[in-house]
Amino acid sequence: MIKRPFLGWFVSPAGLAALGLTAAMAAVFQFSMRTYIPGSLDVGGFTLQNFAAMLRPLYAFAFWNTILLCFETAAFTLILAFPLAYALVRTRSSAVRSFILIAAVTPLFLGEVVRTYSWMIVLGNNGFLNTLLVKLGLVERPVQMMFTAGGVIAALVHVTMPIMVIMLAAGLSHIDRNCEKAAESLGAGPIRVFLTITLPLSMPGIVAGFSTAFAWTFSAFATPQLIGGGRVSTVSTLIYQLGFSSFNFPFAASLSIIGLALSLAVIALLKQATRPLERLASAT
Amino acid sequence: MKRSPANIALRWSGRILVSAILLFVLLPGIVVAVTAFNDRAILAFPPQAWSLRWFWRAFSYSDFGRGFWNGLTVTLWASSIALVIGAAFAIAIHRYNFVLKSLLEGILLSPLIIPHYTIGLGVLILASQAGTGRGFPLVILTHVLLVLPFVMRSTFISLENLDSRLELAASSLGATPGRILLTVTIPLLLPGLLSGWLFAAILSFNEFTATLFVSSQATQTLPVAMYNYVREFADPTLAALSVIYIAVTALLLSFANAFLGLGKILNVDAH
Repeated sequence: MIKRPFLGWFVSPAGLAALGLTAAMAAVFQFSMRTYIPGSLDVGGFTLQNFAAMLRPLYAFAFWNTILLCFETAAFTLILAFPLAYALVRTRSSAVRSFILIAAVTPLFLGEVVRTYSWMIVLGNNGFLNTLLVKLGLVERPVQMMFTAGGVIAALVHVTMPIMVIMLAAGLSHIDRNCEKAAESLGAGPIRVFLTITLPLSMPGIVAGFSTAFAWTFSAFATPQLIGGGRVSTVSTLIYQLGFSSFNFPFAASLSIIGLALSLAVIALLKQATRPLERLASAT
Repeated sequence: MKRSPANIALRWSGRILVSAILLFVLLPGIVVAVTAFNDRAILAFPPQAWSLRWFWRAFSYSDFGRGFWNGLTVTLWASSIALVIGAAFAIAIHRYNFVLKSLLEGILLSPLIIPHYTIGLGVLILASQAGTGRGFPLVILTHVLLVLPFVMRSTFISLENLDSRLELAASSLGATPGRILLTVTIPLLLPGLLSGWLFAAILSFNEFTATLFVSSQATQTLPVAMYNYVREFADPTLAALSVIYIAVTALLLSFANAFLGLGKILNVDAH
């Protein structure tokens, strides 16, 4: 009797895809150690020069800037997404639930370009916010919001909101409500119940959401490119610039490798640092 | 909860907070919708006069039309290929043990954390070394790799919920493995396969960063065409296109919510 029918048929296409992906990543790795020949798409011999060049202030700053941007975005997204996820899971009205769900989830399916473009109209010098501020007499002339880190963060928070809301809501919906009822019956007020029961129990969702938001922001390209307008340099915009303006693919490849290593390291550190919090959640 | 004044105040401040956050989420969409009907070519707010001409321009601008059809071609091929590869592999992972199983699974799930520009760059370098041009196969290959994790996950969830006794019953009645697969397993998995395909198709149609690296003028998809437009022109054409995009997506999602229950798909329903 055959124990594993069709095993070869099931696995070999996936094996081919995995081979393709591995080859692509190996190509990036291999190019990161090649010499750049200006004006040519061909590359020279093996070198570690690309990695040494990354220590220059311009590139070191881009790395630092990107990580800072990712942290700020993930933190603001968490603060804004939590109340929304809480309302989504806890509301008794199904109309409110549907409305929050559609409003929060639709942007996920719109793609980075549409969402970034809409923020350009909101933040521009003749845009919605500046017109509003001038009309209300709060400022005399438009405030520069495009091409600033603040503008990039506002748009990135909006881009990462849906996935954060989904992950937080998934975590919140699995909390046993009886724990909260028990606390309440023992005389705890709503704020105390929230801080000592609900918040610790939702820690796994918070950690998952925060790491995902971090990784997404690290991968974001259209938003820092269009809203930053070259004045907010991140790893992604530098890689594109190096690849398509100066055709320096070896250096773009080495930036990708270091960027990937760095984002993986930060996510692993986050997991490690929040492990006590998760253990707290599973203990209660 | 007790109806003390403090609790009522708390409840109302919660409602105001949630409304304010919803406003932040919806604001760009509202602003884009108003801008799309602005008659003037400058992006200014609020519009002085109203017109539909940016919608006509969005439909008549040839790059958008070509981008739409290119995107549709890439999406249909990529999500269908990914469905076949991903579903078959998910079944193999779920049922069997084999050499290199977890390695293969890890590699295929890695596009979830590897930035899209890194994958795009890798495929581009690979293609330039192999001497193949930046044609449709290259874009489709990239998209297959990017959406595979989602198809795999969706199939895997359906497999977890599948009653394997039905397959045992078919087997005990003398059905061959091939017949069981075609008449029992695949029909039972169909909802999961379809939602995985749909999710992959939506993600592929909207993919931008990796596509920017691997596509050329001839193969650029709609998001790439839109990105190029926004760098060249500053008129509200893109706002008109965004409005169509938002309306179609919200409509599709409302249908999905009404008929399938979006909460169930996204696993956020309260117990």
